[in-house]
Amino acid sequence: MIDDVTVCCWLVPLAGESTAAVGGGPVRTAVTAGLVLVGVFFLSVGVVGLVRLPDVYNRMHATSKASTLGAASIFLAGGVHFNFEGAGLVSLVGILFLFLTAPTGAHMISRAAHRLGVQFYGDVSWPGDEPARGEPEVVADSED
Amino acid sequence: MAVEGYLATVVEGGLIAAILVTLVAGYRVIVGPTVPDRVVGLDTIGTTVVAIAVLFAIQTESGFFIDVGLVLAIIGFISTIAVARYVTEGGIIE
Repeated sequence: MIDDVTVCCWLVPLAGESTAAVGGGPVRTAVTAGLVLVGVFFLSVGVVGLVRLPDVYNRMHATSKASTLGAASIFLAGGVHFNFEGAGLVSLVGILFLFLTAPTGAHMISRAAHRLGVQFYGDVSWPGDEPARGEPEVVADSED
Repeated sequence: MAVEGYLATVVEGGLIAAILVTLVAGYRVIVGPTVPDRVVGLDTIGTTVVAIAVLFAIQTESGFFIDVGLVLAIIGFISTIAVARYVTEGGIIE
């Protein structure tokens, strides 16, 4: 019966009854713990990619997807734990913000790395321009 | 007031794991061969610190720290954009 009340308050977060205390029923506790575990796993995957991958572009590929997903999962755990009221709604805003800003930041950094002339790993070339292999890449002009 | 039961164990283990992961990300900041490597490492440290703030909010049952995590995310994004512009354009404000 307590589970039924808890599930009801998840489905209708804004109209949820405030009698459900923070960190209430067993289902909500289990969901919070599972989301925390998933988030920590994806944070670890992102940092392993950051340390092990050979290239700045590969590293930002690892961190901007896996680490963002891990942080969003932990934010969602916070939202579930606070029953999507007050701080729980703020954590939903945090998920939205992370999903908007992480790709933008990675895009800016990768463009900056390209302008700085950071080479790709192996014999990969930037799409569009065809630099000779082994030759330092020409820095593109900034007015385009 | 703190969380009870196995959720306390899970959240504490998650806090320790997130702290270790943040320290490991500092490796890339220190030995990163290029400047964008260090920026990506600092961005990752920012993301994991946000996760640490939210985990701390769950552990201490105080929703205030979720606001702290949101503000940290905003500052991390702005600093990443600022460094990228500084590296390419030579200045932030024109």
